[in-house]
Amino acid sequence: MADIHVNLAGISLKNPVMTASGTFGYGTEFADLVNLSDIGAIIVKGTTLHPRQGNDYPRMAETASGMLNCVGLQNKGVDYFCTHIYPQIKDLDTRVLVNVSGSAPEDYAECAARINALDAIPAIELNISCPNVKQGGMAFGVTVEGAQSVVKAVRKTYHKPIIVKLSPNVTNIADIARAVEAAGADAVSCINTLMGMAIDIERRRPVLSIATGGLSGPCIKPVALRCVWQVAQAVSIPVVGLGGISTATDAIEFLLTGATAIQIGTANFLDPAVSVKVAQGISHWLDQHGCRSVQEIIGQLES
Amino acid sequence: MQKFLRDLTVSEVSFPHKRYVLIKLTDTQPLPPMLPGQFVEVKVEGSPSTFLRRPISINYVDTAANQLWLLIAMVGAGTRTLGTLKAGDHLNLLFPLGNGFSPMQQQGETVLLVGGGVGVAPLLQYGKVLKQQGAQPIFLLGSRTAEDLLQLDLFQAIAPVYTTTEDGSAGEKGFVTQHSILSTMHFDRISCCGPKPMMVSVARYAKQTNTPCEVSLENMMACGLGACLCCVEKTVKGNVCVCTEGPVFNINDLTWEI
Ligand SMILES: Cc1cc2nc3c(=O)[nH]c(=O)nc-3n(C[C@H](O)[C@H](O)[C@H](O)COP(=O)(O)OP(=O)(O)OC[C@H]3O[C@@H](n4cnc5c(N)ncnc54)[C@H](O)[C@@H]3O)c2cc1C
Ligand SMILES: Cc1cc2nc3c(=O)[nH]c(=O)nc-3n(C[C@H](O)[C@H](O)[C@H](O)COP(=O)(O)O)c2cc1C
Ligand code: FES
Repeated sequence: MADIHVNLAGISLKNPVMTASGTFGYGTEFADLVNLSDIGAIIVKGTTLHPRQGNDYPRMAETASGMLNCVGLQNKGVDYFCTHIYPQIKDLDTRVLVNVSGSAPEDYAECAARINALDAIPAIELNISCPNVKQGGMAFGVTVEGAQSVVKAVRKTYHKPIIVKLSPNVTNIADIARAVEAAGADAVSCINTLMGMAIDIERRRPVLSIATGGLSGPCIKPVALRCVWQVAQAVSIPVVGLGGISTATDAIEFLLTGATAIQIGTANFLDPAVSVKVAQGISHWLDQHGCRSVQEIIGQLES
Repeated sequence: MQKFLRDLTVSEVSFPHKRYVLIKLTDTQPLPPMLPGQFVEVKVEGSPSTFLRRPISINYVDTAANQLWLLIAMVGAGTRTLGTLKAGDHLNLLFPLGNGFSPMQQQGETVLLVGGGVGVAPLLQYGKVLKQQGAQPIFLLGSRTAEDLLQLDLFQAIAPVYTTTEDGSAGEKGFVTQHSILSTMHFDRISCCGPKPMMVSVARYAKQTNTPCEVSLENMMACGLGACLCCVEKTVKGNVCVCTEGPVFNINDLTWEI
């Protein structure tokens, strides 16, 4: 059996498969359907300093081979997370990471500071790339200055690894990746959703309540692969790849392209047990190809 | 309640009327406990434009035959593809999901179950369970025409059935909320499932007559598990997931204008 454990910026994961923020709740929602301890890491819902109600319904539209969402970071705030949710998930036999969002660098920093106190959370993922909130979110992720301002602020209050989640909705994702690396990020994950839109022709209106939303699912995989490829060449910190992954083959494509680990998002809605199947599939593929460890394929794209 | 992801076997497919399909599913192992008003998320195979699972109510549970029934209106590509299933095919189900209707509140209570269109689906199982528990369900079912009144014989085998049709081809002519029993009879509470405008009128009637009332919502869903937060309804407690805190809500918890 190939060794599929990976080391991501100092955090050791049983396998390279993580569940993406906003698509796997707090993990507990899936406990009946999948053995959570077989997942490499769970990244919980986007968490903000203050509670947020999110956007109005409709928040979702199905597209060809994917979906659009404009949830808008609905969550009960970091304090509720610390007091009510953390106790339920701190003893899970997997890594639990928190995805942090905000509308000002100070919000991110304060939110991260409170999570820093939680022993069982080994790292955070900064969402500087959410397309669904009017203020902040993606606004930070689309400029070098914005991205750096958030990472620098959080670096002061958070003392464990920081993964920065990048937006594909930029002209040059490698520039943003280099900027966050310089500002102190320990890893980057890419990509977040692509900004999109759906129209109801009978009502002559956008389907989504705020008109636009984030596109995810198999349809974005080619864009995600391209981003991982560009980012992996631009930085020396590890890259986490995601966007449209639903099979072990998809995952291996990302690993070859330079991702140290991968995340699965939308595919969890179609098959709640997909993450474990992908982890098993990677292991099986490595065995079949005579690889003793997953390390042997990370970034090993032939040129 | 424990949730399952299972491949059930299609044992029978029938068409109560050309736009509706009734799919009876069975399992090699005993079906798990399910509450009336809960739903399943089905994976639709063979429809390229159907990406997400489709939420469908539990229509009936035949414990003796270990069968679960789904009554489906074929409205789009996903549901039309479900209509092409044949006996022996498999259907992947994530279930049971959601909260379900309230169990009997007191022995002998009269519960008016109002259904519109394919919204009658969950009321069959609910009526059966209420009756078994010792309540007195009464069905009030509405549709456009006589042909759209589904499973009437099965409803009638459980409890009294009153009907309305928009064209007057069966029962009283008009909408369910215009039926004469609403002015002549008293109900301890009401449960309702159907198109939103119908549920709003029923909620209005319930409020005017001070009758406790719950409605089953059909918001668009992605995960069905409370993870994606796509299916939210605005309530007095803020935005809540219809797939976990619903689909059944007391009308007092909603922010509808009634
Ligand atoms: C909890 C719950 C229980 C349900 N129970 C049943 C049931 O027992 N029987 C049944 O026939 N249907 C039921 N529905 C509705 C059913 O899920 C939709 O009709 C179905 O998803 C449409 O899929 P489609 O691919 O055929 O149509 P699509 O191509 O997706 O859409 C076709 C048309 O149907 C409308 N539609 C799509 N999704 C929904 C939805 N969730 N609710 C209402 N309209 C929708 C669209 O706006 C569009 O006009 C239920 C929905 C929910 C949320
Ligand atoms: C319903 C939904 C909610 C999401 N919420 C978040 C979030 O809170 N924070 C975040 O960083 N990304 C969020 N995302 C983005 C995903 O984590 C992921 O980056 C994106 O969906 C691409 O991966 P996929 O194609 O595998 O889904 C969300 C995606 C979806 C579909
Ligand atoms: S459908 Fe995903 S939270 Fe309800």
